This record gives sequence, structure tokens and C-alpha cells, in this order.
Amino acid sequence: MKNESLKNIAIKELLLQLADDDFIHSYRGAEWLGLAPHIEEDVASASISQDTMGHAAIYYKLLDELGEGDADKLAHDRPAKERRNAIILELVNGPGYYMKDPDYDWAFAVVRNYFYTQAKAIKVQSLHSCSYEPLAEVAQKVQMELYYHLMHWKTWFVQLLGSGHEEAVLRMKAAIGKTMQDFAGVFSLGQYGEEMVELGLIEGEADLKKKWIEAITPIFESVGLAATIEIGMARGDGRNGQHTEDLEKALETLSEVYATDRAASW
Amino acid sequence: MSTVQLNTEEIYKLLEDVKDPEIDTVSILDLGMVEDVTVSGQNVSVKMLPTFLGCPALSIIQKNVETALRQLPAVKNVSVEFLRSPSWTSDRITEKGKAGLKVFGISPPPRQMKSDGSWHVDCPYCESTYVTMENIFGPTACRSILYCKACKNPFEAMKPMIKII
Repeated sequence: MKNESLKNIAIKELLLQLADDDFIHSYRGAEWLGLAPHIEEDVASASISQDTMGHAAIYYKLLDELGEGDADKLAHDRPAKERRNAIILELVNGPGYYMKDPDYDWAFAVVRNYFYTQAKAIKVQSLHSCSYEPLAEVAQKVQMELYYHLMHWKTWFVQLLGSGHEEAVLRMKAAIGKTMQDFAGVFSLGQYGEEMVELGLIEGEADLKKKWIEAITPIFESVGLAATIEIGMARGDGRNGQHTEDLEKALETLSEVYATDRAASW
Repeated sequence: MSTVQLNTEEIYKLLEDVKDPEIDTVSILDLGMVEDVTVSGQNVSVKMLPTFLGCPALSIIQKNVETALRQLPAVKNVSVEFLRSPSWTSDRITEKGKAGLKVFGISPPPRQMKSDGSWHVDCPYCESTYVTMENIFGPTACRSILYCKACKNPFEAMKPMIKII
């Protein structure tokens, strides 16, 4: 990308962050298929994952239009170190393996999904006034679909924490603690963050984070949680290519078919 | 060599036969998915709006549009493009489309949501208003699952997709 304008680089970086976030988030969501707590949830989380994969695909398509290669290649054929997703989104659903003894943690799924969906809603809202017109257009459509996702995860979050059921509350609190440790990575805009803001692509990290805290604080309060929300990046910043082994394993699994025949049509 | 002149009316007529692959009582025109049709010589360009971004039926619809229009001998090339803007909203569904949905057992989407974000639909079978929402999400991205307490039928409803400001 040496001879490219800074503007082009910043646009591509932002698109990669948005695409990679939704891509791995959708993958982790899809891993719940057949394992969700009840059949209605199986339908709901599968539907949400499908929408989310559609969002990743449209961002990859915008990258394709900018000459970065087609969506399949971007989704399947980039090693972990080239991915820009936030680390919290790549972490496994729990110990075990999908096909064998999955000991997945629904509380972690609910917290991660609610936190991320709320953060995504704030980012997408900000993208409505993105100076890169194609992204502003896509954001309008994504936001409409996101409305239902957010409603869904907020309901789970409030119901499990407000249930008065001891195990539910304990597990939800543990999941909140775990998620917060790495959640700042979702707001990171990476090494071209300042340029993104200066070019009018998206609001800055601090503003996005502030809006997110404003959105979740009343929900925390409604379930009697003290609203001191401190988020960090314990495992590093995924925007700059730092990732865990969880991502490597996920990419290996999901690109298994693609890797056997790269020329096959999908 | 004489060529038959194509007109957009003919094209729209053929598009009426292109149904939603999963709801065969509703055409893509009734759903409001067709934004623009242009004819230039023997080339037809159809611009469409995706209902949901991740809808797996989009490529099937695209293929079906191409197949339908190629029936006309005068048509040489068909290009189908999904636009990013404007966004498809559920109020684009025509009255005929709503009637078609009901025939299939799907309640059409309401025009508005209440101020708390909730919405209401009536049973497509018995018109009863005594219904419960079982799942906002359904068998496809655009549908929800409900249950009618009056006639004891489960049914589906098309989700309202409305611009939220």
C-alpha cells in the first residue's frame, strides 16, 4: 500500500476492522447452532449470525471494489496476523470442541453479544455521516437489521441478571468481568485511528466508548449492578494484528473447505 | 435487419412472474425489491434492493430474474444489480403483496411501531388480534414466529423494517 493516499489506507483499515469483527462474531455465534439453550434461541441466534455474516460480506465487498480481492479470499485466505478484529470477539465460546464435548458458556455469549451489538450500533450510527459515501449507505441498512439483534441480546442480559437465580447471576457477573478485560479492543481504531477521525470517516475512540457507556449504564442500573464500567485490552489490540491462538484455530476450521479447492465456486 | 423494440412495460410484466423463492404467492415486484428497470436496445438492466443483507435467496432471485427476462427473444443481455441505497423498507410491499403474504399464512408487516419499539399484527387466518409473539426471529431473516390464541394456529409475520433515526 506504499503509494496509496492516506485516505485510501484509512478507509480500507476501517472496512477491514468492521468486516473482520462481524465475520468472527458471526462465526462464534454460528457455533451455537444446535447447542443454544432452547429451540427458539437456536432459531434466533442462527438468524442473527446469518445477518451478521451478511454485514461482514458487504464490508468485504466494499474492499473488493477498492481492489483488495474478493470476499471469499478476504474471509478465508488471510492469516491471523493480518486480521483486524477485536480480540474479545475471537475468544472461544468455552472449553471443548463443537463436535465433541462443547462446554460452552451461555452467560459469556449473552454478555459478549450484548456488549458488542450495542457497540456496533453506536459505530454504525456514527458511520451514517461517514465521508466515504458507500460506507454511509451500507450503515443505514445494517442499522435497521441491528435493531432486532440489540433488542434480543438486551432482553437476555436483563432477564438473566434480573432473574434472582443465584447461579445465573453469578455466571453473568463472571462473564461481565471476563468480557470487560478485553472489550476496549472493540473501540480501538488501530494505528490509523487519528486519520480516520480527521477524514470524517468515524468518530474517535473516546467518543464511541463514551456513548457506549451511556447506553449500557441504565441497563446495568436496572438490574442492580453498580455501574463502574472499566474496560481494558488485557490480551492486546487486534486492530494491529495481535491475536490469540483461539483465532488461529477458528480460521483453520472455517477455511478447511476453502483450502481444499481455492478455485471452486461457492 | 429488423429488431423488435423492447419496452419496460413488457419487462415489468415478466418480473411479476418472478416470485420470492420461499413465498410463491408474492412476486419480487410486490415485495418492492425492484427499484429500476432500464432498457437500452436489447439490453435490460434491473436494479434491485436486498431485503436483508445476509439473505441467501438473493443469488437465486438474481438468477430467476435473468431466466425470466431471457424468455423474450428480443432480450440479449440482462444485468441484475443489488443497490446499496436506498435501503429496502417493509413499507415498500404493495397491497397486492400484502394480500399474497396472507394467502401464504404470513401476516404483512405493520406500517409503524409503537413508541416503545413494539408492534402488533393480527392472525392471517382468523384476523384475531389475540396473538402472542413466540420469536422475533424465524425461519428466514425477514420473518417472526407468532401464535394465535383464538384459532390456535402458529403463524409467521414479516418483520417491520423501518428507518430508525
